[in-house]
Amino acid sequence: MPIRRAVGRNVLRKEGHEKVTGLARYIDDIRFKDVLYVRTIRSTVAAGEIADINYHFDRTGFTVIDYRDIPGRNIVALIDEDQPCLATTRVRHIAEPILLLAHSDRTRLAAAEVAITYRETTPNFDPERSTLSFKTIAIEKGQLDRGMAEADVVVDGEYRAGHQEQLYIEPNGVVAVPENGGVTLYGSLQCPYYVHRALTVLLNLPAEKVRVIQTETGGGFGGKEEYPSMIAGHAALMAMKSGRPAKLIYDRVEDMLATTKRHPAIVRHRTGVKKDGRLTAMEIDVVLDGGAYATLSAVVLSRGMIHASGPYRCDHVRARGRATMTNTPPNGAFRGFGAPQTQFAIEAHMDVIADRLGIDPLRLRERNALRPGDTTATGQKVGKDCSALQVLREAGRRTSFSKKRKTFKGSNRGIGLSLFFHGSGFTGGGEVKLASKASLALTERGVQIRVASTEIGQGTRTMHAQIVAETLGIPYDQVDVSIADTATVPDSGPTVASRTCMIVGRLLERCAEEMRGRLGRNTPAAYFKKHGGFVVTKQYEKPPGLEWDDETYRGDAYGSYGWACDVVEVEVDPITYQATPVAFTTVHEIGCAIHPMLAAGQIEGGSSQGLGYALLEEVVMRGGKMANAQLTNYIIPTTLDTPPMTTKILENPYKHGPFGAKGVGEMPIDGPAPAVVNALRHAGVVVSEIPATPEKIMKAML
Amino acid sequence: MKVTVNRKTVTVKAHPLTRLLDVLREECGLTGTKEGCGEGECGACTVLVDGEAVNSCLVPVAQVKGTRITTIEGLGGSHPLQRAFVEHGGAQCGICTPGMIMAATALGPRPSLDEIRTGLAGNLCRCTGYAAIYRSVQRATKR
Repeated sequence: MPIRRAVGRNVLRKEGHEKVTGLARYIDDIRFKDVLYVRTIRSTVAAGEIADINYHFDRTGFTVIDYRDIPGRNIVALIDEDQPCLATTRVRHIAEPILLLAHSDRTRLAAAEVAITYRETTPNFDPERSTLSFKTIAIEKGQLDRGMAEADVVVDGEYRAGHQEQLYIEPNGVVAVPENGGVTLYGSLQCPYYVHRALTVLLNLPAEKVRVIQTETGGGFGGKEEYPSMIAGHAALMAMKSGRPAKLIYDRVEDMLATTKRHPAIVRHRTGVKKDGRLTAMEIDVVLDGGAYATLSAVVLSRGMIHASGPYRCDHVRARGRATMTNTPPNGAFRGFGAPQTQFAIEAHMDVIADRLGIDPLRLRERNALRPGDTTATGQKVGKDCSALQVLREAGRRTSFSKKRKTFKGSNRGIGLSLFFHGSGFTGGGEVKLASKASLALTERGVQIRVASTEIGQGTRTMHAQIVAETLGIPYDQVDVSIADTATVPDSGPTVASRTCMIVGRLLERCAEEMRGRLGRNTPAAYFKKHGGFVVTKQYEKPPGLEWDDETYRGDAYGSYGWACDVVEVEVDPITYQATPVAFTTVHEIGCAIHPMLAAGQIEGGSSQGLGYALLEEVVMRGGKMANAQLTNYIIPTTLDTPPMTTKILENPYKHGPFGAKGVGEMPIDGPAPAVVNALRHAGVVVSEIPATPEKIMKAML
Repeated sequence: MKVTVNRKTVTVKAHPLTRLLDVLREECGLTGTKEGCGEGECGACTVLVDGEAVNSCLVPVAQVKGTRITTIEGLGGSHPLQRAFVEHGGAQCGICTPGMIMAATALGPRPSLDEIRTGLAGNLCRCTGYAAIYRSVQRATKR
């Protein structure tokens, strides 16, 4: 292998200095002249009609907006067109936006009283009793009945997962500035072009009158994928009506009450197995609670369903799923995007099967793990870069798993594992539809990357710059990265779905390959001096042989998959019923670690979020309202809740990824919850619902 | 009212009950100190008051009269902790980083891993899972 100078090295993060010195400018750090502060007036009932609105304040100096002020279409443009930007006559959930108030004085704004009366209707909070499905999906492989008939044993199980809040430490926030008969929107966001489209539809403006600029973003995890289109709409409406910059930044409570969360899920399994552990049939039923509007539920369900049968070979699979409406705030994107829910279920279920058969959980997985050439539930033949067995064996060996299964027996310590995979990029034909672009410009200083991919902590700028530097053969420092500004960068698609490295990184690699050819023997600086600058733009091209049918849900669901195995040791306190993870080991196969330290950072951070999902993070819904919408009682892992982690990265290159890279961002959150629940089971505590709080553990032990 | 912020004497005009966080960000223009929750749970607003790490969102400015306050801007730019956080991946999205670094400055010399975990337990990070933060602090304090 040639010696690499940028890829595979832990170069310094592009914006690292700014972040450690306080110079990085997040949305709330930027001053705008003559700014108005915006407040959102929200529904206090879960379902009903708005009967009357009364303003109990002196309206001098206020700008007030309701749905009638919307110049374009009153929707948050995304997949379906069901969600209004401001409620008209009906509300479907608590915290639904109804009115916007703005004032230059924050104290007066906060004190303004608005009384809204409603004619309430009966809300439904049960996703299984809902009469409206946003999406249904069916996956069929082989003949289920035949597979069940082959089985020696049939094992049933039901698994439940609650909401999870993304809890980026910087809440959602934007500032809209009226400019040139249009609007410029600055904000904390993942997907500038999603916001751009939503604003053109809402404001009825041509594309060139709307500009979206991402400011430094303090975490997203999916929570700033689609929600910014809503909050940006509100600020933009205010800027357009008042003619002044409009600032709308949520405080923590409002952010937790009103914004999207991970979909709660109910997953049922009925699995046929031979006595030796071989899976003969899998029947899976998935229900996701979509909340009040469709948002991204259809695609969350899609990813959830494709991952629902786990990284296993089985000839006969039937998986049915639906995402339904309830009268709770809409659920949406969160790292993992449906896969954490369904892989929690299959991985917890695998240990139930192992118990029933009296087989070591590692052996059961070894028997069934996908090998290169095997087919997934959608009929996708996995390639040479399939590493399920490799990660499983590596994790088992490093943790002495099978030995500890025996030595811990009968103690209050348990050890559990999970084997999982995660598709990189958009599902099915999604990447073809997106047709993403990336540009590379030759400049006086070197080159500049122009992509709409956002830096949200994961290291986008750094990793992209490494790919370009390596391909061009120039120093990393000579690669600049443009800010994500829709006026200057092409639409590279959203920064989601573990696609920023594998898909957009590959586009940049292709840009750099072409640029390299044009430069000849010149350095970028020498070429620029002689001939001036130029820009290379590349568009997504489907790798040959990749086929997907959205009607039948058959084919190649993703270009490639990452593979991983988690092993966790848990101690259960017999007095407090608290479970504490005491050791955590994970092996991740990700194709190529462009920046090993950043990749490990994704794995460690995602695993920690997964441990929170497993044990701590409980959204308490009462009457359709989050009852613990603050950090005092919605608990995310602190230093003391996070065990020491051992992370091992394996590299099994994907031929269409840049330098072989696959996605890594989401996968780490798929594994911890089932590994924890399996460790609890090993310690004698049978829990099938997460988070496994002390209350649930107590119930299981008494 | 006078306070010393990053070694400079500042006259504060804000109401005595104004949060120290707001005085720093709005009156002093020191936006490196962040607000994550406004209720003393996340630690993003951590600053030093007479060398002690506090959540500036919970402190009315009246309480810091005559004290010496240090914010992230007061560390300069090449403090060993700042360099280590860049070199060892302690900063990802960066929003918790100023508070995390300020809390780490109060850990004392050569803290053990246990001391780091306990000392930073009031600072939430959603990105790193803390492992890279421990590595950063350990490298910085070994220098």
